[in-house]
Amino acid sequence: MIGRFSLLPEQASTIAGQVDALYFFLVALSAFFSVLIAVAVIAFAIHFRQSKDRQVVPSGEGFLALEITWTVIPFILVMIIFGWGARIFVTMHTPPDDAMQVYVVGKQWMWKLQHVEGRREINELHIPVGRPVKLLMTSEDVIHSFYVPAFRVKQDAVPGRYTSMWFQADKVGEYHLFCAEFCGTQHARMIGRVVVMEPAEFQAWLSGTKGSGGDMVASGQALFEQLGCQSCHQGETGARGPALAGLFNKQVTLADGRTVVADDTYLRESILNPQAAVVAGYQPIMPTFKGLVSEEGLLELMTYIKSLPAPKTIPADATEPGKTHAMLPVHGGQG
Amino acid sequence: MTETVVHEAHDASVNYLNADYGVRSWLFTKDHKRIGLLYLASITVFFALGGLAALMIRLDLLTPAGDLVRDDTYNKLFTMHGVVMIFLFLIPSIPAVIGNFVLPLMIGARDLAFPRLNLASWYIFNIGALFAAWALLAGGIDTGWTFYTPYSTMSSNSNVLSGAFGAFITGFASILTGVNFIATIHRMRAPGLTWNRLPLFVWAMYATSIIFILGTPVIAITLLLMMIERAFHIGLFDPALGGDPILFQHLFWFYSHPAVYIMILPSMGVISEIITCFSRNRIFGYSFIAASSIAIALIGFLVWGHHMFVSGQSANASLIFSLLSFFVAIPSAIKVFNWTATLYRGSVRLQAPMVYALGFIGLFTIGGLTGLFLSTLATDVHLHDTYFVVAHFHYIMVGGALMGYLGAIHFWWPKMTGRLYNETLAKIAAIIVFVGFNLTFFPQFVLGFLGMPRRYHVYPDEFQVLNVFSTAGASILGIGYLLPVLYLIWSMRYGPKAEANHWGAVGLEWQTSSPPPTENFDHTPVVTSEPYDYREPVEVKKVA
Repeated sequence: MIGRFSLLPEQASTIAGQVDALYFFLVALSAFFSVLIAVAVIAFAIHFRQSKDRQVVPSGEGFLALEITWTVIPFILVMIIFGWGARIFVTMHTPPDDAMQVYVVGKQWMWKLQHVEGRREINELHIPVGRPVKLLMTSEDVIHSFYVPAFRVKQDAVPGRYTSMWFQADKVGEYHLFCAEFCGTQHARMIGRVVVMEPAEFQAWLSGTKGSGGDMVASGQALFEQLGCQSCHQGETGARGPALAGLFNKQVTLADGRTVVADDTYLRESILNPQAAVVAGYQPIMPTFKGLVSEEGLLELMTYIKSLPAPKTIPADATEPGKTHAMLPVHGGQG
Repeated sequence: MTETVVHEAHDASVNYLNADYGVRSWLFTKDHKRIGLLYLASITVFFALGGLAALMIRLDLLTPAGDLVRDDTYNKLFTMHGVVMIFLFLIPSIPAVIGNFVLPLMIGARDLAFPRLNLASWYIFNIGALFAAWALLAGGIDTGWTFYTPYSTMSSNSNVLSGAFGAFITGFASILTGVNFIATIHRMRAPGLTWNRLPLFVWAMYATSIIFILGTPVIAITLLLMMIERAFHIGLFDPALGGDPILFQHLFWFYSHPAVYIMILPSMGVISEIITCFSRNRIFGYSFIAASSIAIALIGFLVWGHHMFVSGQSANASLIFSLLSFFVAIPSAIKVFNWTATLYRGSVRLQAPMVYALGFIGLFTIGGLTGLFLSTLATDVHLHDTYFVVAHFHYIMVGGALMGYLGAIHFWWPKMTGRLYNETLAKIAAIIVFVGFNLTFFPQFVLGFLGMPRRYHVYPDEFQVLNVFSTAGASILGIGYLLPVLYLIWSMRYGPKAEANHWGAVGLEWQTSSPPPTENFDHTPVVTSEPYDYREPVEVKKVA
């Protein structure tokens, strides 16, 4: 909990206990070897202390068996540590499918967050207890890092790309949110809190009117129409731009023969720098929207695109590399 | 043992210090010993500057509100501390001061292979260092020593260009030193001094030189690219210009992780010399210690990605970098075990250099073991960019590298100056440093685990208790560093004169007078046996 002195950090996420178990194993291991070395050094230094009447006894050459022993034992130990740490790390990088999505934009020196349902927050994140939460993050300016010590998770928010992290809070309360990557003058003041609530309470909070302005799909659709995206991406055959419905996380083939997955970063690039990756079968006519859409606007657009229901009959070629048409980046002029 | 020949042929009262007088004789010297002392003077000044910044930082952190200095000032202070301590003190410390002075003596050479390059390196270092120091003092830099983009290129309003240019210039001094050492070790060893007989300090200098030569160009290029983006807005690292900020981190750590080994390997070499001399014993596992230096230097180039586990680097890359980072732990462990075993059945004398060396073993062990927490993926996610990291690398770079440096200064001081310092004071200072250091940095491990981010000038109240401990420790540590400056300077004028071989050591550098003559040896020594051959009492045959 915030503000209370303790020598142990609060554990408030499902992963925290696993991380701490490994941490304390490492503490025990370190203590064992530190004491071992310290005792040996002190004991040898005292026992073999120079005395005037004592003849120097030369020691023999190094013993090969001993050298091998103290090479192999540490090696086995560190491999165990590696495997243990890697296993938890893989979990940290595998969000459950049902994770609740929250969008995060870092800027000097604040965190701007938005829930899919529309509610916006600054330097605060409200989440329900017992439900996995996935953050999709970017930055408007320099690198920041989203750090919740009580959850034992941290991830940089990098300008120009999306990074993600997930956690599941398992304890109601308020926890520190820090920016962990140095970002300028007020880096130390780019802090906030994560508020973990009972699910019902969270729902009430989420539907509260304060700071709320329509859900992200609705605002994304409004922005989509305002920017005139539908004039090319109307989703019909023969349209100037590829259809967007059901596109997210599908493989697409580009004009230059590459195949890419249409993930968040790809969608973002296709809006800001459309010529970088044109879908096969379309002309590179889409203008850039750089400077016209804010980072939050981009996230809303993407939430809208992701929300579009996949066509009932997926065209046979839609998932087949080489013929896919369902893509974004071709545009017939600003609408 | 070496067929030792201390020649009485030359006038023993003439040595490298009094062979010539005047400022010119120093500024234009090509004598490696004098250049070592020139470096000593330069880096001592920079150590004081970096220490002053540390003092301000610790004072500010005494209270959570950050009320001593303003936000920007604090950011400039920790940048100054980092840039000065790393580029202007730790990297040149042992190689350029101790290495310059004793490496030719240890291998029975008259000088380094390229004495003019050696002098040039000192000038280049000072030009770069003054550039950086000017940037840091006149206006300051607020990026941290890591210069992360796009903050450094597009956001910071401080003297990034001149500071980075200064660091860029000092890199050339490192390269020249590295080239010089490698050429010298290959070409100028005394007859009979085979690779298997090389003192381990020389092996450590060899490994360090490899990193100087392979790594320094990369940081030079990286800093140059960063400067180009900042000055001309050519998109390299800033995504707004089409660049990739994570590319900068890859390039930066490709040098800056091996740079940690530039700081610690020389100290490891020093420890091998001191431990053997003060336990009157042969080194345990000579070839393992020598090989582990080279292994650290080489594997050290493959682990840079462990600084980037939460940067947005792919999880697969992180897995591989984590695995490789554990490999580099093994040679370090081997060294610690072998040093400890060297004490066994020795005849241990706890004189000042030995106290520093044993302190090194303790602090380096903790520093190395806490490195495991940071190469472990799951724990690093939590500990990255917290005070845990700050504590860890200070245990390595201050507890390790700086203890080694102080040990080296105390060990070779009689050789360098021909004078003896006060042994009691020196031991007290070593103990003060050890205690002060632990009190300063151990609480920071706990702070990091609790989640206090580094580079925080204002922090939540619950972290204050441990910060107070840390600041208290730092003031003790400061006294521990001030003491040697005083009694060492005092000894230069008033200290008793030192014998040629004050410690009764077997290294070649002890077989010539203290201080040595300008040409080091009157006759080229011939080596006939292994190093650290302390079985027989040291004999010094005097040839008329």
